[in-house]
Amino acid sequence: MTNATDTGAHGGVTPGRYYGHGLPYVSIEDYPGRIIAIEGTDGVGRSTQIRLLREWLEVRGYGVIETGWTRSPLMQPTIELAKASNTLNKLTFVLLYACDFADRLEKEIIPALKAGFIVLADRYIYTALARAGVRGVDSQWMRRLYGFAIAPHLVFYLRIDAEALARRVLEAGGMAYWESGMDMKSGDDIYDSFRTYQRQLLKEYAAMAEEFGFRVLDGRKSIANIQDELRRHVGEFLEGAEGASLPRG
Amino acid sequence: MLDTLAAPHAYPGRLFVVEGIDGSGKTTQLALLAKWLVASGYRVFMTEWNSSALVKAATKTGKKKNALTPMTFSLLHATDFADRQLYKIIPPLKAGMIVLADRYAYTAFARDVARGVDREWVRDLYGFAVRPDLAVYFRVPIDVSLDRLLARRVKLKFYEAGLDMNWSTNATESFRLFQSKVLDEYDAIVAEHGLRVIDATRSITEQQRQLRELVSGALEANA
Repeated sequence: MTNATDTGAHGGVTPGRYYGHGLPYVSIEDYPGRIIAIEGTDGVGRSTQIRLLREWLEVRGYGVIETGWTRSPLMQPTIELAKASNTLNKLTFVLLYACDFADRLEKEIIPALKAGFIVLADRYIYTALARAGVRGVDSQWMRRLYGFAIAPHLVFYLRIDAEALARRVLEAGGMAYWESGMDMKSGDDIYDSFRTYQRQLLKEYAAMAEEFGFRVLDGRKSIANIQDELRRHVGEFLEGAEGASLPRG
Repeated sequence: MLDTLAAPHAYPGRLFVVEGIDGSGKTTQLALLAKWLVASGYRVFMTEWNSSALVKAATKTGKKKNALTPMTFSLLHATDFADRQLYKIIPPLKAGMIVLADRYAYTAFARDVARGVDREWVRDLYGFAVRPDLAVYFRVPIDVSLDRLLARRVKLKFYEAGLDMNWSTNATESFRLFQSKVLDEYDAIVAEHGLRVIDATRSITEQQRQLRELVSGALEANA
């Protein structure tokens, strides 16, 4: 775990800069906004934490926008349709998500950074990297593909074990086809498939933790407990040298 | 790293692609080539750039609202390509057929870079593409292609004319500016990826004779 005052060169890249070749036609230097990403597998409680964190930030006078995986107006209908009709292979899957991310990056994230907002990202490119990794897509190719993404200033990873996660997902209403990795055809039993798939995902996330400077939080703790941790990290970051330039409303 | 575009494929079929700007005549040439191949007893499968059902809705939404950025434009086309490669290119190649592709990854290399996408990034992106057995580029000056398009009373399309770049509000002028950048990119691609060049200002019959020669050569070399 990285300590909270560390500016964290994620993936060897300065936060707020492009990971790779970027968008050569959009210069993002010196944009005042900040990106805070919350990662973690399905059902770990990301959205709840983001809602609470947003509330806290807004009370403190920061402008906040949220962006969530597959929520771009351009791609959402296509992704829903493709998932429902089951015609995707791993590459088209990966590319549809990349397109969704690119649309949100250019239409939501970059304008918000320019205007000095804090962007709370419910999942970021690591979700794509983890899912593609499990499905055997070339990892170097994936990292180049997402070279147009901007390195967040903070990445939190809510870690949980597959068994605790299974119980939580079941309590929340049950296991769904995609989050159980049923497309990977590892078997007909959804519980076994879920556990196998989520274990593989957790392994992918663990491997990325160091590479991308994740701040790891224990996702088995209570909602309040996790939120306290998040606020402590974010608070220290915003009050430190890196966050100081951020305008407050 | 994933880079099948750099190495010959091992499928029993053959993949021939045509490239060129709008109005170069490549589609006409490909149709004539198909006639000849079918008449010669080959089984032929045709596939066209940006034609998969998967991305149709998104492309339509994006184009209607002029909402595509150079990056989403590029990624949507790559998604289309990946989908067609899965359903329309690899299966016929495995079945030993001849696949004729109207535009290929090189179109993305030329257009996306003309729009400002990183040159190296888009080449990495298409690293999953099957390497064609033959890629032919129909080279034509912009004035000739414009004359052909306008003579057919084709209304220049928004993205094809590069109107999304806001270089000119006049469609013809924008087409000229945008496609001249595309032509420059194609020239670099020809050298880089070994595309064979046909002078597209010559007569249709002349070009077709040349194309058939190239294809014959490729069929024999690979037999």
